[in-house]
Amino acid sequence: MAVLVVAEHDNQSVRKATLNAVAAAQKLRSDIHVLIAGHEAGAAAKAAAQITGVAKVLHADAPQLRDFLAENVAAVVVSVAKNYSHLLAPSTSNGKNVMPRVAALLDVQQISDIVAVEGADTFVRPIYAGNALATVKSRDPIKVITVRTTAFDAVAAAGGNAVVETLAAPADSGLSSFVGREVAKSERPELTAAKIIVSGGRGMASGENFTKVLEPLADRLGAAMGASRAAVDAGFVPNDWQVGQTGKIVAPDLYVAVGISGAIQHLAGMKDSRVIVAINKDEEAPIFQVADYGVVGDLFQIVPTLVEELKK
Amino acid sequence: MKILVSVKRVVDFNVKVRVRSDGSGVETANVKMSMNPFDEIAVEEAVRLKEAGVATEIVVVSCGPQACQETLRTALAIGADRAILVETNEELQPLAVSKLLKSIIEKEKPGLAILGKQAIDDDSNQTGQMLAALLGWPQATFASKLKIEGDKAQVTREVDGGLETIAIKLPAIVTTDLRLNEPRYVTLPNIMKAKKKALEVLRPDALGVDVTPRLTTLKVVEPAKRKAGVKVADAKALVDKLRNDAKVI
Repeated sequence: MAVLVVAEHDNQSVRKATLNAVAAAQKLRSDIHVLIAGHEAGAAAKAAAQITGVAKVLHADAPQLRDFLAENVAAVVVSVAKNYSHLLAPSTSNGKNVMPRVAALLDVQQISDIVAVEGADTFVRPIYAGNALATVKSRDPIKVITVRTTAFDAVAAAGGNAVVETLAAPADSGLSSFVGREVAKSERPELTAAKIIVSGGRGMASGENFTKVLEPLADRLGAAMGASRAAVDAGFVPNDWQVGQTGKIVAPDLYVAVGISGAIQHLAGMKDSRVIVAINKDEEAPIFQVADYGVVGDLFQIVPTLVEELKK
Repeated sequence: MKILVSVKRVVDFNVKVRVRSDGSGVETANVKMSMNPFDEIAVEEAVRLKEAGVATEIVVVSCGPQACQETLRTALAIGADRAILVETNEELQPLAVSKLLKSIIEKEKPGLAILGKQAIDDDSNQTGQMLAALLGWPQATFASKLKIEGDKAQVTREVDGGLETIAIKLPAIVTTDLRLNEPRYVTLPNIMKAKKKALEVLRPDALGVDVTPRLTTLKVVEPAKRKAGVKVADAKALVDKLRNDAKVI
């Protein structure tokens, strides 16, 4: 039986998280189909057909799918579920919103946020903010899974040549409607896809300092910007910057933690980064226990100097 | 309008959990337990809706062992009106919990149910969405703003890259994100008052729900530890390390 990956897309293009979910699906050694549920999403369906390793793209197109409302997207997934042994989606806010709804409609216990595939019914997933890894075995006939994207290297977005099949979308549920979206426009790379992340914590002392002190460093490195929950709670930066157990899980090549003490909840979101740098005035801060390189001192002196040094 | 809120008793967020040496799970004996932080936000939101005259009664539900009564008392002290415990010592997975909540909701008929988006022990992030599916209700997950307008709710949601606002028909399920509100401190007089509020105890089989786990945990291990690295003297030394040793810039 084939496996189905529910794609993360914006009706135009396929988001990178989909490539990580396809990589996880490859471990199941079956034909991989990708579902594009959207509106006027032909371009996204075409892009999905190019993904390496994808055998077929199912394209459901309807106005009520434009904004990915959980009720309507779940209905599409459920309509084809019986053809698949596994249904996977990346653990993005859409994936987390839709897949448990699908699972319950199928009377299946979902397996959230897997980091490894041990077999067709056995998976590894982090619990307790990543302080423990549980290996779980499912006895449900269909496996409904969300994939922690940082745990699987993305497959190539090009090189494939899958057929695109049109799928009829069930009628609008009428239960919910889309009102609006405030998406921060930024030239920076997206947090979960960035190679380098510069993150600030409570030590930044104000939102203004994120702009004045941290932004030049991020600009210099071509980095995305993140924050700890403490900085978000203090109102310095918006919530979608939050890295941690209940925010975004990231694993860039380089993570620079500035003025972040390193609470368990924050470490849960970034400890799989390849290289971690910590800048903090408290040399006992737990962040230094996971940092490859630490600088103890006043961030307001160190960060500007760092920017100057990087120019050399 | 009646509001139903569900709460879970979990290992306190400040506790660094330890994996049992036999790999059977994490050590929960003699560990501080608290209400799941997102559930506290859910209770607070319901109480604010009652204070604003939108809600008339708040019923709080927990599923788990007898000790969950403590968690329910905390919710009553925040301002919930009465509590229901579905008592069982069996392991409850999100699908089972949502089936239990569904049967209580069918009896209580609330106009809105508010749940935490995620429990900080199993980090599943499923129960609210599953409950909405089982009831055929709309869902608004990861809420940072909630406004009731007649037979609809307008909910602002925390999504990747920003915020999104949707309108949902009531009755509905809302799950809370961090910025929805800041829960109040519970005062002693309210703790005393909470002791006198009604707390009903039910069993899963009385609700006709099969709670048998679908997932079997084969083992639980500690993740590979990161080794602490080196401290460097200043920014110049750091740039040198990043360029020449780590080669990441």
